[in-house]
Amino acid sequence: MAEAHSTLVKEVVEQFGADRSRLMDIARALHGKLGHLSEDIIGEIADALGIHRVEVRDMVSFYAFLSRSPKGKTTIRLCNAVVERMNGADEIAQAFEEALGIRFGETTPDGAISLEYTPCMGMSDQPPSALVNGVPITGIRKADVPAIIDAIKKGGAVQSLPVAEIELNLRQSGPVIFAPMDRGAAVRRAVDMTPDEIIATMNTARLRGRGGAGFPLAMKWDFCRKAEGDAHYIICNADEGEPGTFKDRVILTEQPDLVFEGMTVAAFVIGAREGFLYLRAEYEYLLPHLEQVLARRRRLGLLGENICGREGFNFDIRIQLGAGAYICGEESALIESLEGKRGAPRDRPPFPVQKGYRNQPSSVNNVETLCCAARIMEKGAEWFSSIGTRDSTGAKLLSVSGDCERPGVYEVPYGATVATVLNMVGAEDAAAVQVGGPSGQCLAPRNFGRSISFEDIPTGGSFIVFGPQRNILESMHQFIEFFVEESCGWCVPCRVGAKHLDIIFRKILDGKGTRADYQQLEQVCMTVKTMSRCGLGQTAANPILTTMRNFPELYDALLQSDDFIPSFDLDKAIKEGCEITGRTPALEEHHV
Amino acid sequence: MSDKPVTFTIDGVEITAKAGQTILQAADDAGIYIPRLCYHPSLPPGGHCRLCTVKINGRPASSCTFPADEGLVVENDTEELNDHRRRIVEMLFVEGNHYCPTCEHSGNCELQAMAYRLGLLAPTLPYFRCERELDASHKDVYVDRDRCILCGRCARASREVDHKVVFGFEGRGVHKRISVDAPHNLGETNLAAADKAAEVCPTGCIMLKRKGFAIPVGQRKYDHEPIGSEIERSRSAK
Amino acid sequence: MAKPLVATGHFTGCFGCHMSILDIDERILDLVELVEFDKSPINDIKRFSRPVDIGLVEGGVSNDENVEFLRMFRENCKILIALGACAVTGGVPSIRNTVPLRECLQEAFIDGPTVVDGKIPDDPDIPILLDKVYPCHEVVKIDYFLPGCPPSADVIWAALTALLSGKPLDLPYEMVKYD
Ligand SMILES: Cc1cc2nc3c(=O)[nH]c(=O)nc-3n(C[C@H](O)[C@H](O)[C@H](O)COP(=O)(O)O)c2cc1C
Ligand code: SF4
Repeated sequence: MAEAHSTLVKEVVEQFGADRSRLMDIARALHGKLGHLSEDIIGEIADALGIHRVEVRDMVSFYAFLSRSPKGKTTIRLCNAVVERMNGADEIAQAFEEALGIRFGETTPDGAISLEYTPCMGMSDQPPSALVNGVPITGIRKADVPAIIDAIKKGGAVQSLPVAEIELNLRQSGPVIFAPMDRGAAVRRAVDMTPDEIIATMNTARLRGRGGAGFPLAMKWDFCRKAEGDAHYIICNADEGEPGTFKDRVILTEQPDLVFEGMTVAAFVIGAREGFLYLRAEYEYLLPHLEQVLARRRRLGLLGENICGREGFNFDIRIQLGAGAYICGEESALIESLEGKRGAPRDRPPFPVQKGYRNQPSSVNNVETLCCAARIMEKGAEWFSSIGTRDSTGAKLLSVSGDCERPGVYEVPYGATVATVLNMVGAEDAAAVQVGGPSGQCLAPRNFGRSISFEDIPTGGSFIVFGPQRNILESMHQFIEFFVEESCGWCVPCRVGAKHLDIIFRKILDGKGTRADYQQLEQVCMTVKTMSRCGLGQTAANPILTTMRNFPELYDALLQSDDFIPSFDLDKAIKEGCEITGRTPALEEHHV
Repeated sequence: MSDKPVTFTIDGVEITAKAGQTILQAADDAGIYIPRLCYHPSLPPGGHCRLCTVKINGRPASSCTFPADEGLVVENDTEELNDHRRRIVEMLFVEGNHYCPTCEHSGNCELQAMAYRLGLLAPTLPYFRCERELDASHKDVYVDRDRCILCGRCARASREVDHKVVFGFEGRGVHKRISVDAPHNLGETNLAAADKAAEVCPTGCIMLKRKGFAIPVGQRKYDHEPIGSEIERSRSAK
Repeated sequence: MAKPLVATGHFTGCFGCHMSILDIDERILDLVELVEFDKSPINDIKRFSRPVDIGLVEGGVSNDENVEFLRMFRENCKILIALGACAVTGGVPSIRNTVPLRECLQEAFIDGPTVVDGKIPDDPDIPILLDKVYPCHEVVKIDYFLPGCPPSADVIWAALTALLSGKPLDLPYEMVKYD
C-alpha cells in the first residue's frame, strides 16, 4: 500500500515535470486519487520534488478543498453564503444531517459521505447550492435531499439529477460583453498595431479594471510592458470569490473566446509568451469546455506560434485551478498560489507589474476587463467611451441576487443608479442593498439614488438585495464570519481582529451590547481597516462600518443603556463543574 | 528601491536614507524608533505584525517593507497609530496564551516590552483560549506555541541564515500555527541550538532549554528602559 | 471629613498581592492615616457593612463563590481595581484554561501519580469550579488595572495616593510589569 502510494506520488510529480511551482496541480491530482493528503503523502511529495516537507504541508494545509485527514468517498459541500441562507440553506443543511445521521464536519460511519460547508460558490442567482465532489448542484429544495443522497449512494451520478442543471440567468445582455463576436478579430487588429498604439487605444477608451480596484488598464499594461524581466506574464483572474458575484462564471460559459482574445491582446502588448487563467476550484466543471475552446484557438492559429501570422508572436494559455480560498482572488496571493504556495498576499511595492509570477513583470486582469479590452480592439475606443460616464466608461456586469424577482447577470452602463437597477430586477421594495459584496457597502433606501461607477459606488459586480423582512445585521454578521474563515492569517490585525469583530458584534446582536461595546467594536474596525496588510483585511470591517453609517437605527435598537454587561455567563461557565460533581449551584443573586 | 541616497521626513524630521533602505531601516539609522515585532535586522522583513505601519503621504503602509524615497512624508509617532499598535499588541495577548508570571522570557520578551512601551495595562478584548501544542522533543530547544505570535522570524532565520528549512507555517486564519520540518516534532529536525532560528524568537515560544531565568529580575533587558531605547539613544547622542 | 474607605478582596490568587499591600512598609502607617480599611482579609472583615470608596481585588474568578463575592465588591465599591496578574488576566491559575475542566479534575484527583483511592471532591461546602478561570473584567466592570505578579508595593502606593487625591493614574515605566 505504502509502496503503491509512493509510486503513484512519483508518477504524478513526474506528470507535472517535477516542477515545484506545480505543487497545486500535484496536490490536487493526488487528493483526487487518494481522497486526502496524509502526512506520509506530504512527505512523499516533498521527497519527489526535492523540497522540504514543511513547505508542502504549509501549502496543503492552507486550502479548504485539500484535506489532510480521510474524508468520505463523496463530499457534499453545502454553500452557506448569505444569499443561500436567505433561501433556505439552513433547512437543507438540517435535512442532510437528518438523512445521514451526521453533523456538518463529519463523515458517515461507512465512509460514504462527508458534509462540509463552503462559502459562496458563485451560484447566488440559483440558491441554495452545493458541490458534490466538485459537481455543482443548484436550486436545491428540501424535497431533493433524498434523491441526491440516493444518487450518491448508487454511484455518485448527481449529474443526471435536475438540480445539476446550471441556469445561465443572463437577464440583460448589452453591447459590451455578450454581443456576438467575430472570433480572432481583436487579435488580428492587435497584430496590425504596435503595443504602444494599443495602450494608447486603451487609454482613449479609459478602460478601468473590473475586479474591484479600478486601476486603469492602459497604465497597468504600460508599466508591465516597460518593466524589465526575463519574461512577462498575463494572468486572468477568474477566482471570482466575492460573495454574490457570478458574472465571470457566465462570461466563461458564454464568451470564453472573448476572454482568451483579451489575454492574447495583452500578451502581444506586454510581450508575454505564457498566460494563465486562474480558475476557482468551484468552477472546475467549466474546465473541459474551456480546454476545448483553447484547443480550437490553437487550431485556428489564435494561440501557439506566430499567432495570426505575426512572426515571433508566440503565446499560449494554461488554466490553473485553485483549491478553495477567497484570498487567492487578491492578485499577489493569486500569484503565490500559481507558484504552488499558500495564498498569502505580498507586500507592495513591488507590484505584480514589476515583480509578479516568478518575480517577473505580470499583469493580473479580471475576466471582464479582458473582455472589454478585446471589444475595444474590435469596436474602437470611441465606441466604448461613449457608453457610461466620463470617469467610468463602458458597462458593468452586475451579479444580482437576493430578494428580487429576476436574479441573474445584467449588463448596465456605468452611471446607472441603484434604484434603476432595483427596478430592472424587480426589487422595488428593497430595504437594503449590498453593493460590491461583503467587502463593499451596505446601502439604505436613502442611498438608492447613488450611481454604480468608480466615482460613486465602485463594485466588482456583486449586488445583493435585502427585502423588508430581512434581519440585515444578522447577514452582516455572516459576512464577518466569512472573513474570519477566509483571512489568510498572515497579519495580526486581520487574523485576530476579524475574530474580535465576530465576537463583539455577536454580543451586540444578542442584545447584550452596551455603548462601550459599540465603541470597542468601532475601534477594532478601524484597527483592522487601517493596519491590515491587504485588501481583505482592509475591507473586512465594511459590513459593520457601512451599516453603522447607513443604518444607525438598527444599532440604536439593539444597544442597551447599561453601563456594563458582562460577556461572562455564569450558567454556562458552571455547567460542566455541576455535571462533574453532580451538584447544583446555590448562588445568591448579586446583580451588577 | 532607490539606487542613491534620498531625503524624506518622519514626523517632520528630515532624514536621509542610504540607497536601497526601507523606511524602517532609515529611521533606525536616524535614531527614530518605529515600533515593530516581526522585523529583525538580520532577516528580510515579514510584514506580519503590522506594528511598523506608518502613514506614507497619508496612506498606511508597513515601514519594514516600504522603500524609502525622495520627498516622502511619513507619520509615525501619532496618537492614532499608537492606538492601533496598542490594540494589535492586545490582540496578540488574547490570541495566544501568555502567562507572563511563569514565563522564562519575561523581562526580555519583545511582546511584553512593546505592551509596556505602548502603555497597555490590561488586555480587555475577548480571549481566544485555544489549545496550542507544546513541543519539547528536541534535546536543546523547545517550542511553546502558547507564546507564539506568528512573526515568522524562526522560519525566515532558518531559511535565510541557517540555510535549513526547519520552520514553516501551517493552517490558515486563526488556525495558523508554526510548523516544523518533520513528520511529528522538532526532535526529528536538524535544528541545532546554535542556529539563528533558535535565537531570534521575540517571545518565549522558541527557547533554549536549561537557560531560563538566568538573569535576575531587575537586570533583564526591559526592566528599566522601554524597547527601542537603544535606537532612540543614538539620536540623542547625535 | 470622614476618611475614604478601602476594601480588599481575594479570589483565585495566592495572596501575593495582599502581601504586596503589606509590603508598603512603614507607608502602611501613612495609608492608615489616609484611609480606613473596611472589608479586607487583612482585618478579617467578611461582609460589607457600608459602601466603600475603593475596592482592590486580587485573583481571578474560578468558582461560583468568586463570582458572588466579586459581584458584591462591584455593588459596594465606588472604584474597583483589579490588582495583580490573576485579577487582570486570570494569571497562573488560568493555565488550566486550555484543558477541559473534567481532564483537570481527573488528573488532580484520580489519575495523578500520588493519588490513592481518588475521587473528585463534591462536598457541598466547597465552591463549584467554573469551566475556566476568568479575569475580573469579564465578570464585572473594572475601573482600573494594576498588573504585576504581584504588583510592587510602590505601584499600589502610587495608585492609591493618586486616586485618593483625584489625580489621573499615570504610572512610570518601571512600575508597570506583568510579572
Ligand atoms: C480579498 C480580495 C479578493 C479579490 N478577488 C478578486 C477576484 O475574485 N477577481 C478579480 O478579478 N479581482 C479580485 N480582487 C482584486 C485583485 O487583487 C486585482 O485588483 C484584480 O484582479 C485586477 O484586475 P483588474 O484591474 O482587471 O480589475 C480581489 C482583491 C482582494 C483584496
Ligand atoms: S489582511 Fe488578512 S488576508 Fe490580507 S495578509 Fe493580512 S491576514 Fe492575510
